[in-house]
Amino acid sequence: MTDIPTRFGPYGGRYVPETVIEALDEFARAYSEARDDPGFARERDALLADYVGRPTPLYRAEGLERLHQAGPIYLKREDLCHTGAHKINNALGQVLVARRMGKRRIIAETGAGQHGVATATAAALFGMSCVVYMGRTDMQRQRLNVIRMKMLGADVMPVDSGSGTLKHATSEAIRDWVTNVRDTHYVIGSAVGPAPYPEIVADLQSVIGREARAQILDAEGRLPGTVVACVGGGSNAIGMFRGFLDDADVALVGVEAAGTGIASGLHGASLGEGTPGVLHGSLSYLLQTPEGQVAEAHSISAGLDYPGVGPQHSHLHDTGRVRYVSATDQEALDAFRALCTSEGIIPALESSHALAAVARHGREWGTQGPIVVCLSGRGDKDVEQAGKAMNIDV
Amino acid sequence: MSDGATRLKRAFAEAGRPLLVPYMMGGFPSLADSRDVARALQPAADILEIGIAFSDPLADGPTVQAAGQAALDQGVTPADVIALAGELRDGPPVVLMTCVNLVLAAGPEAFFRDAAAAGVAGLIISDLPCDEGDDIRAAARAAGVAIIALVAPTTSDERLREVARVAEGFVYCVSVAGVTGGAVSVDDDLRSFVARVKAAIPLPAVVGFGVQTPGHAGTIGEFADGVVVGSQLVRTIEADGAAAAAALAAEMRAALTGDA
Ligand SMILES: Cc1ncc(COP(=O)(O)O)c(C=O)c1O
Repeated sequence: MTDIPTRFGPYGGRYVPETVIEALDEFARAYSEARDDPGFARERDALLADYVGRPTPLYRAEGLERLHQAGPIYLKREDLCHTGAHKINNALGQVLVARRMGKRRIIAETGAGQHGVATATAAALFGMSCVVYMGRTDMQRQRLNVIRMKMLGADVMPVDSGSGTLKHATSEAIRDWVTNVRDTHYVIGSAVGPAPYPEIVADLQSVIGREARAQILDAEGRLPGTVVACVGGGSNAIGMFRGFLDDADVALVGVEAAGTGIASGLHGASLGEGTPGVLHGSLSYLLQTPEGQVAEAHSISAGLDYPGVGPQHSHLHDTGRVRYVSATDQEALDAFRALCTSEGIIPALESSHALAAVARHGREWGTQGPIVVCLSGRGDKDVEQAGKAMNIDV
Repeated sequence: MSDGATRLKRAFAEAGRPLLVPYMMGGFPSLADSRDVARALQPAADILEIGIAFSDPLADGPTVQAAGQAALDQGVTPADVIALAGELRDGPPVVLMTCVNLVLAAGPEAFFRDAAAAGVAGLIISDLPCDEGDDIRAAARAAGVAIIALVAPTTSDERLREVARVAEGFVYCVSVAGVTGGAVSVDDDLRSFVARVKAAIPLPAVVGFGVQTPGHAGTIGEFADGVVVGSQLVRTIEADGAAAAAALAAEMRAALTGDA
């Protein structure tokens, strides 16, 4: 049985109430047992293939290349996963482990609603009950996903505290877990939280980078020069990056939310602007006051509207292996529109942040070799919000 | 003043009966009012527990969360609460309760230096399990502030022995798997949990979370070394003021003394 790492450099750990420590141990044990069990791998891989639709394509975006006069640019099409984002890779894996542990009740937090939909989907598939915590603001701006979760049989619990976003939903989900830990598995939706979650979520998402690496070698006969992904908690990014961490010549770029501009103070750039601290069970970069109160994040994209980030990203930031940049709401909207019209693909607002970095830096990056962008999700959920910004009247 | 762990242990030894540990949120209903609350609770308190509000507490139910948020909304800082503790140093020992990030943000050495200077005997960190925070524990020990360990019904016997290695002052037994503010059920499970704790950890065992009535306190006092009453006092302060909370605390203390 392989031990699951609890720290990434100094970051990570388990800063949680004692009540859930036993459950964290149990989850770590169950996951490493599952990993060593060929039956588990078979079942998971079959579901990923037939239910999720993996491998997802690596698509060459020539329209985007023409627009940015850069390239080649490839999109890793996580938007084509069942339920519309990479989140299902993690949710399905965790629910399979929860079933092995004999847990009957599943809870989750969600920001953009994609993780909530993915978890509700996996729970429906395995006949488990499912409760999803979601901030009130996010329920309004990601209404489509609220409806989907309810259709799938999940209870969506509105969270009214603070700005009604992902931070608050996560705190509420953890409180539920502390209370119901004996029969409940908490499916965390990003590479955040107390150990062993960051490692397990990254491991379940690493399929993205594994596939992308093989696919780009196939298509181009060489590794990419640059790999780009948006960073909320950091699960699509770490899943992608893990495919390339050992390839020293591949530049890795994470894109955080700059909201209305870093200078405005209204953003979600935990790595760019934060300092190390503890939120939701792990030590990592964090937007906080000098006294250590966690600040509210801001982003047009509910999935990036979070003041923390996964601990492995903090370590990769310190070591310099990954470069973290940010994109504003407006840049993300511009990139959203550009992908719609140049490629006929409607991206999620989260993923649009990664595309915005390509719009800004693509010419330069293109000289170093192919660019691979993680298109983490599709934008159906965002059509009302983005449509308003694009003055689409119906 | 002697170190916090010694003062806390002495409080148990000298009382010769289960102790009452009332909890209040520092800066609630306001910083000035919380000074009055503290003074009102002191006569019934064997140890006084004061919360320092954190933006994202994971172990708190709605009552304590709302009190903390009210304090934060008024700009109450950890330094304000430590200063409040300093004003109370002539009374029963004070332990503070908070979340780890506030200690990290201040820097553990500075945090415990200031707390010790204010006469604080101990600190309960609700999200610092026994296997985390070696640097925090070292800084606390150097300053003479006890880090009070928390244990839960889900804590295994094996882990209780690990907790025993770091526990100081007393051990805080979380009565239920859950957040603050529910209602404890004083049953065989709770009795056997406290017995497990006492068998593994040679320190006074104090039960908290969900203790609402003098009846709860009295019964728990039969098998534990003390009780913490928190959310119920916060609710009482909010609804009826400090004097009513003091009266409830006095009833609880009487129940523990066997005078009820
Ligand atoms: C499509 C999409 N991409 C990215 C994210 C951000 O999460 P993470 O950083 O964990 O990938 C979300 C979160 O909701 C999302 O829905």
